[in-house]
Amino acid sequence: MAVRNFGQAIADGLILEMERDPDVYIVGEDVATFPAFGVTRACYERFGATRVRDTPVSETAIMGHAVGAAAAGLRPVAEIMFMDFLGIILDELANQAAKMHYMFGGTMKVPLVVRTVSGAGIGAAAQHSQSLEAWVTHTPGLKMIAPSTPADAKGLIAAAVRDDNPVVFMEHKLLYATEGEVPDGEYVLPIGKADIKRAGSDVTIVSWSSMVQKSLAAADLLAADGVAAEVLDLRTLVPLDKDAILESLGRTHRLVIVHEAVKTSGFGAEVAAIVADEGFDLLDAPIKRVTAPDTPVPFSPVLEAAFVPDAAKIRAAVLSLG
Amino acid sequence: MAVERDQLLDMYRCMVKIREFENRAHDLFLAGGLPGFLHLYSGQEAVAAGVMATLRPDDLIASTHRGHGHVIAKGGDVRLMLAEILGRATGYCKGKGGSMHIAAIELGILGANGVVGASIPIGVGAALACQYKDGDRVSVTFFGDGASNRGTFHEALNLASIWDLPAVFICENNLYGVGFCQRDHMRPCDVAERAAGYGFPGIVVDGNDAEAVYEATATAVARARAGGGPTMVECKTWRHHGHFVGDQALYRDPAEHAEWLARDPLLLCAKVLASRGWADEGALLAIQDEIRAEIEEAVAFALASPQPALSDLLTDVYSD
Ligand SMILES: Cc1ncc(C[n+]2csc(CCOP(=O)(O)OP(=O)(O)O)c2C)c(N)n1
Ligand SMILES: [Mg+2]
Repeated sequence: MAVRNFGQAIADGLILEMERDPDVYIVGEDVATFPAFGVTRACYERFGATRVRDTPVSETAIMGHAVGAAAAGLRPVAEIMFMDFLGIILDELANQAAKMHYMFGGTMKVPLVVRTVSGAGIGAAAQHSQSLEAWVTHTPGLKMIAPSTPADAKGLIAAAVRDDNPVVFMEHKLLYATEGEVPDGEYVLPIGKADIKRAGSDVTIVSWSSMVQKSLAAADLLAADGVAAEVLDLRTLVPLDKDAILESLGRTHRLVIVHEAVKTSGFGAEVAAIVADEGFDLLDAPIKRVTAPDTPVPFSPVLEAAFVPDAAKIRAAVLSLG
Repeated sequence: MAVERDQLLDMYRCMVKIREFENRAHDLFLAGGLPGFLHLYSGQEAVAAGVMATLRPDDLIASTHRGHGHVIAKGGDVRLMLAEILGRATGYCKGKGGSMHIAAIELGILGANGVVGASIPIGVGAALACQYKDGDRVSVTFFGDGASNRGTFHEALNLASIWDLPAVFICENNLYGVGFCQRDHMRPCDVAERAAGYGFPGIVVDGNDAEAVYEATATAVARARAGGGPTMVECKTWRHHGHFVGDQALYRDPAEHAEWLARDPLLLCAKVLASRGWADEGALLAIQDEIRAEIEEAVAFALASPQPALSDLLTDVYSD
């Protein structure tokens, strides 16, 4: 074990995968010489410009060429600098990559990873701060990963690279500086397994990405209130570990879902619907969601802080369940 | 790179096969047996035949919504193609793709595409795979005049150029994008001129002359194989039918249509074969008869093929 930050852990995982498989390459804007959040710089230093490829400002071509390269036998790891630019690559991602395996009757594989940076918190305003995971989860054929710790990021980026499907890997920008113990050497986590980040018996808080950290902070506050909160980190949204959610509810009987994305049609609604359908009898209280409001992300630091769910809001939602 | 007798005969045979295939698909559609959209390739056969004659089996192609000709010329099995466009379980994609989504990775066919212009970056990515794997394979991307106004075209051409990819771009300029005449939808009207904007050669050829298509493409492919980077070949051509079956193409000038029909690529090729003494009328008729029989057999195969099982609905979403 070594202490690594979130970005370093992703780079560590990528470097190991690139060593293991020469068909893995990294591609995107400034990924080699001046990566926006620094992640792939170490990969470039280790592997050079053939395997860590800078592109022009051409998101469509980054994503579109990755689809063709993957179909023709390579394993691209494409970086889309901000998740907000998903709209630019949506045809290549959702109409091409996601559908090719099905549309072509299972004869073609499209093994690619889209790494992309999500989230508010640095005053980047409405076009550089969104959490758009629900755009991805609404498209069958795509997998959606949203880790919250350096160790999970290392294990899941390796799994994403090895997966034979198109995978979107969402990296919250505030997580890059967070540190944690990370297993040394090869470390691969299964895709589709949630993780109990804190055990508790009174309420299940389901979240992912940076909201796991906020939920853990809320659990600390709740402990002082005499409430033992369980924090379940989904880690991957597609495929979803339904069993872990239902199993936790079997013990706690209360559910609060926390995500940074806006509320309407957010992935929290999906989790709530599944629980209402398959876990209704487990519930002793209504399901609560703690999310951003249905607005664009504001610039003003005051407004931005009000936009992003925090520990106090999560605590209040839990306490409202009585 | 002059064309020899057997090569031209093979191209002719390929063109006849495409034409006969499309004629039967047309009949099946009109008879009501064929679901969805059907974009016929008839009239553009010299492009598919001429281009594919320059390729090796391990070269890759990315195709379009008007893609039957590409698949046939790249070696596609007409039985599996007909089964696919009829939505049958025996088709190339188990009936899940249809006319606009035939793919056959084992033949290097990365798929037809329902999204205009989407094939272009995909073809460029395949060219990167060819280059990356240290071989001398090439990737050929087909697209129409209409597609060359998509952003995908511009971004992908630039990427192919800066990476010196073994990519050949084949623009099938049939002068219309649905009902929108090219002189009204883009300037300049030679799509190949746009290649210069990205720093590589673009040439215009008569897309109804299989030999001309072959020669220009052979040069482009040789350049790509040798590491010389991309080339665009623009083939001026004409679709014989409407945009899809059902479209009467009333937006086209009947006189212009008649001129192009008189320059049917099959007729032009037959004339060349005859004038050089490479095949007489009897030999050409024999080819046609043989291919008609093959297509009839394929139609029978497709019509006798089972529908997909309902359980197939839920399979192949993910690869495991
Ligand atoms: C992105 C996109 N826009 C619009 C359409 C509808 N559409 C299908 S074919 C076509 C015209 C394409 O013209 P061209 O590229 O010249 O090909 P052609 O049909 O002439 O072979 C259009 C607009 C589509 N399928 N995809
Ligand atoms: Mg056209």
